[in-house]
Amino acid sequence: MTTAQAVGVDQVWSWLGEVPDPEIPVISVVDLGIVRDVRFVDEQCVVTITPTYSGCPAMQVIADDVRDALQEHGVEARIETRLSPAWTTDWMSAAGKAALSGYGIAPPVQQAIDISGLHAGIRRRAAPAVSCPHCGSPHTQLTSEFGSTPCKALYKCLECREPFDYFKCH
Amino acid sequence: MDAKFDYLLRQGDNALILSQQLCQLVGKGPALEEDMALSNVALDLLGQTRMWLSYAGELENKGRDEDRLAFLRDAGDYRNCILVEQPNGSYADTLMRQFLFDSWHYFLMDGLTRSSDERIRDIAAKSLKEVTYHLRRSGDLVVRLGDGSDISHTKMQTALDDLWMYSGEAFIYDDIDHAMVEQGVAPAAGSLRTQFLDHVAEVLQEATLSMPSPDAWMQRGGKQGRHSERLGFILAEMQFLQRAYPGATW
Repeated sequence: MTTAQAVGVDQVWSWLGEVPDPEIPVISVVDLGIVRDVRFVDEQCVVTITPTYSGCPAMQVIADDVRDALQEHGVEARIETRLSPAWTTDWMSAAGKAALSGYGIAPPVQQAIDISGLHAGIRRRAAPAVSCPHCGSPHTQLTSEFGSTPCKALYKCLECREPFDYFKCH
Repeated sequence: MDAKFDYLLRQGDNALILSQQLCQLVGKGPALEEDMALSNVALDLLGQTRMWLSYAGELENKGRDEDRLAFLRDAGDYRNCILVEQPNGSYADTLMRQFLFDSWHYFLMDGLTRSSDERIRDIAAKSLKEVTYHLRRSGDLVVRLGDGSDISHTKMQTALDDLWMYSGEAFIYDDIDHAMVEQGVAPAAGSLRTQFLDHVAEVLQEATLSMPSPDAWMQRGGKQGRHSERLGFILAEMQFLQRAYPGATW
């Protein structure tokens, strides 16, 4: 068993960087921006995570995966959940966005939606130009505002005609 | 403390009952995209329910967690508005109920992000992002179907006229609501109602639908536990497992 002192916070972050998201295995929970804090309290490692969507069914799996991964390295971790500040796709790393694109999921293209107002212009959303992750064409069209998971929408490419998932700005 | 417990139940129960109703449409949506949208909205609402009811249970401190509050309370102890227990009906009814709920929900969550209670602020800020998406979608569809064909227009207008009397309960404040406003926990009814009516009017106008009078007589009672008969049937299905096999777990 490794003692807590022998393992630095940086080392834990690096291990967590290898824990894949259960729904989208090409991106790690760190790149997704859901690990908010790592610290040692006395001998125990405390990892703070934040939910993507409040009803995301993957959260329990993520907490278990994080605990298991650290246990493999001999670190007993406690997982805490924090709601505030609310998770946003703005926290997704550049490496994470690149990995999503390579996996066939278009990454979020803008800053997260402005929740301060709901005027006609916002409601009748000027759909963002989402590039096709297959052929790179910007000529794409929204087909469904919800996709296979709460965090995604469905698009289709008007050039190569392939459908694809788009990771929504949130 | 009691008033806040009740106020939290109201938030949780609204989200829970609407989520349960939307779940009944999974696999039955009129189009695949709508099916996914309904189930995703239901999932968001269920997640929000857990945050509200967990907090309510902790505040009450009698050993009731989110599950016990959801599955072991009978209709008279539920605190949701009557709007959310209205039947799914036709898709126009489902959609109009959603639009009226989302419009109110959005402005309430926005108001609660400035609550004096930190935990409520956090839950509201988290929910608001999801509710914003819900409202943009339901508003957009109301416009498309209201300003669609003659048939879709008629169905949407009928749904609006039928549901309108359930749209005002949230703004009729009782002692619990007033206590929450006084403590700075909840936004005042007047400002909330104005925001709601302004937004609904704007969308309905774009949808070429006639907005019924805001001063029309409104149904009430759900927040105090006086529900329509329907809630009993909804709970009978939702709570069946825990009633038949008490304490069953996965």
